[in-house]
Amino acid sequence: MTARVGVVTFPGTLDDRDSQRAVRIAGLEAVPLWHRDKDLHQVDAVVLPGGFSYGDYLRAGAISRFSPVMESIIEQAKAGMPVLGICNGFQILTETHLLPGAMLRNDHLHFVCRDQKLRVENTHTAWTANFAQGQEIHIPLKNIDGQFVADERTIDELEAEGRVVFRYLDVNPNGSLRDIAGITNATGNVVGLMPHPEHAVDPLVGTGGSDGLGFFTSILRKLVKA
Amino acid sequence: MTLDTTKHAAETPDVELPWAELGLKEDEYLRVREVLGRRPTGAELAMYSVMWSEHCSYKSSKVHLRQFGEKAPASDALLVGIGENAGVVDIGQGYAVTFKVESHNHPSYVEPYQGAATGVGGIVRDIIAMGARPVAVVDPLRMGAADHPDTKRVLPGVVAGIGGYGNCLGLPNIGGELVFDACYQGNPLVNAGAIGVMRHEDIHLAKASGTGNKVILYGARTGGDGIGGASILASETFDDAKPSKRPAVQVGDPFQEKLLIECTLEAFAEKLVVGIQDLGAAGLSCATSELASNGSGGMRVELDDVPLRDSTLSPEEILMSESQERMCAVVEPAKVERFLAICEKWDVIATVIGEVTDGDRLEIFWHGEKIVDVDPRTVAHDGPVYERPYARPAWQDALQADDAGKLPRPATSDELREQVLKLVASPNQASKAWVTDQYDRIVQGNTVLAQPEDSGMVRVSEDTGLGVAIATDGNGRFAKLDPYAGAQLALAESYRNVAAAGAKPLAVSDCLNFGSPEDPAVMWQFAEAVRGLADGCQQLGTPVTGGNVSLYNQTGDAAIHPTPVVAVLGVIDDVNRRTPIAFATEGQLVYLLGETREEFGGSAWSQVIHDHLGGLPPKVDLERERLLAEILVSGSRDGMIDAAHDLSDGGLVQALTESCLRGGKGARIVLPEGVSESGTVVGDAFVALFSESAGRAVVAVPRSEELRFTDMCGARGLPAARIGVVDGDALEVQGQFSIPLTELRQAHEATIPALLA
Repeated sequence: MTARVGVVTFPGTLDDRDSQRAVRIAGLEAVPLWHRDKDLHQVDAVVLPGGFSYGDYLRAGAISRFSPVMESIIEQAKAGMPVLGICNGFQILTETHLLPGAMLRNDHLHFVCRDQKLRVENTHTAWTANFAQGQEIHIPLKNIDGQFVADERTIDELEAEGRVVFRYLDVNPNGSLRDIAGITNATGNVVGLMPHPEHAVDPLVGTGGSDGLGFFTSILRKLVKA
Repeated sequence: MTLDTTKHAAETPDVELPWAELGLKEDEYLRVREVLGRRPTGAELAMYSVMWSEHCSYKSSKVHLRQFGEKAPASDALLVGIGENAGVVDIGQGYAVTFKVESHNHPSYVEPYQGAATGVGGIVRDIIAMGARPVAVVDPLRMGAADHPDTKRVLPGVVAGIGGYGNCLGLPNIGGELVFDACYQGNPLVNAGAIGVMRHEDIHLAKASGTGNKVILYGARTGGDGIGGASILASETFDDAKPSKRPAVQVGDPFQEKLLIECTLEAFAEKLVVGIQDLGAAGLSCATSELASNGSGGMRVELDDVPLRDSTLSPEEILMSESQERMCAVVEPAKVERFLAICEKWDVIATVIGEVTDGDRLEIFWHGEKIVDVDPRTVAHDGPVYERPYARPAWQDALQADDAGKLPRPATSDELREQVLKLVASPNQASKAWVTDQYDRIVQGNTVLAQPEDSGMVRVSEDTGLGVAIATDGNGRFAKLDPYAGAQLALAESYRNVAAAGAKPLAVSDCLNFGSPEDPAVMWQFAEAVRGLADGCQQLGTPVTGGNVSLYNQTGDAAIHPTPVVAVLGVIDDVNRRTPIAFATEGQLVYLLGETREEFGGSAWSQVIHDHLGGLPPKVDLERERLLAEILVSGSRDGMIDAAHDLSDGGLVQALTESCLRGGKGARIVLPEGVSESGTVVGDAFVALFSESAGRAVVAVPRSEELRFTDMCGARGLPAARIGVVDGDALEVQGQFSIPLTELRQAHEATIPALLA
């Protein structure tokens, strides 16, 4: 018996099928969730996939954050349910304040799609336990609003508490403060990052790697053991 | 002001109408009057003017385009041919693929971001209108001189527009081209292609049948944007003296389009749709007249029911508006409720605006009064057809006599090395990563190959590995020297690119970009190119499934180079067997396939080193192309080749550079002797490296497969010369030069960012 991972579709979500596929490849059951539906259908964890929900109009993630499904997700996340926000999902998580900070337009003002090298800084979250501390991985990145910012005190706090989960290596692709690519909440169940692990689960497609599988095998281990 | 009803029009035959302002010629206006037996109403005039425009009616090109049908090769693959929104091809296992390339040239010059963005939006709606889920887009671009200040305005805007729209739709951008040439200065070419996948049984067509069926308009509200886009913007030559045409460019909303895709596919899945048409050029005029004329009955439309963004729009404006992200579906009455519910689920506005009638007229009402009463065929299909005069231009002989073979060649190895670096760094040969990095190439999780590979490839079935590949190519310089051969070379290159990736070429779409059809020289170029392409497709057995013609690409008297852009679609049984361009494994053997002749007319070398255009383009041998393709596909399928790269612009040295840089591995090359009559070692090397003879490719062969591979080439009669080995961290041509990969990479990758920074 495996665990159930919900994948939310908002209007304008793009990587929902891809995330479902990644969940399945890792041996989990993927459960589609609809933005208007508050019912989480007994899932054990949730992925908020990438895309341009509501066209990124107003501000990336700003409208989705108020959808009925998010009410339930916020409640469950606070109770400890694992939540992974990828790209637009990360933006939504900052809008909900489940994670601190905000995303600005990339410092060079262009959309960027590239194979990005990252360092795993924290292996104690629900989504990173199968990585090694300091491991260098390749995960594709594709966004235009990916510059992570927060006030100095928040950033210092994140660093001090070990809540920076991923850092950009070689190239900082968007001007994020201290090369931060992904962060977690204080309890380690909510993780958000700009790169797309669901596009690095099969070397045949995407940018040709499979380092992203670790996110999903991590959650499998956590949920099935629990 | 009194409403100009059909009754009013019949009673007031002498009222002057602004037919000239709407782009109609006098004889065309008289023909409208003859068709109707009275003067048209304002609304009818609006419809005829857009639908009879060059852009919508193909009135200058039709007589030539017929060859694509007349010379169509027998092909089992073609499920839907020319004339529908897009052609449909059978790729096996019950899957069908639809693909098409279109132009959005003029709007993209006027307003680069929106022009390019809505180009993507339009082609994607053509694909969903066939019943398919769009799976990829490609963007062949032609810009003015790379260092011209206006290129810095147009290109970044176009790239941002394509990315801004396509990225937001969740469609991977897997290929295309970027070519700079001064001839495109005032007329950049922004072509957009899209591929969609469906099951055979899901094919949908644009027709309104079944009396009583409802006509539903869904998607964005109708606004005042893009009024007259097709007739005024796309069908006239630019003239600096006229007022700005910016209001005729539409504004795109990719979010709305994404919702439109999802709700349309959901409606298809539930079999709710009898007929469907997207609203693009000519908006409602086009959608209603095409649906009605292709169906069995007539149609009645209540224009008051069209949801508006601007309540002050007149009925003529509503009919002409090219507001984006709108579709029109014909739905049985019993299924209307379910259709509307799906639209509501996706937050898409949907409105019943009319119904199919048992007559044969298209009738449109406004405030209860009839303002349009036409036979829809006369609007959609019976537009004017011109046999434009054409003549081989007087300058063609002199151009062809100006042989590029006479240009001074490098005399020393140092000079050869210098020219190699200059070539691979030139804007047309340099890396286009600055562009393609702004496109999402991997969304949907099925992208197997994308730029800078020879073709884009996406997986269609996760279960079997079935996939499709697409490449687009066109060389305006070759076509200028000889439009017939130029069109065939574009076809040959695209065909070769698909095969180099391991896919079997199946079918063709084209985007024919030319100057003014009113110029006999341009018309000759067009006629020659179409004849060349039709003959070529017949010989290669790849039918033309559809496409697009863009004329009037000229400023004043100066036309662009004739630029037929050809897209070839291929199929691969198992995408695991695809062939990338990268030299990735040291020790593998580098083979050059095909024959190298002294062919420099229109070559990249003649342009980069001598700024020269003259002579004849490379010789076309389509039988050779077919053989090469068969070898490339067999080699890929049977595991005999691990990398393949077609030879085209820039010749062998360009292909070697790209394969080395892509794989991060060097190559030691020993050029075969006696390839040229120049009689010097440098001369031989020069020809081998820079010639642009067609029908060639380089491949990397694992040592264990060498014998099998050369046996196959030998048995089939394809020249295959071992020219080196993948090795080291430099591109070394023995006896001539060695260029470290770091130096090669710097030259190849720094150019475009530096130009656009």
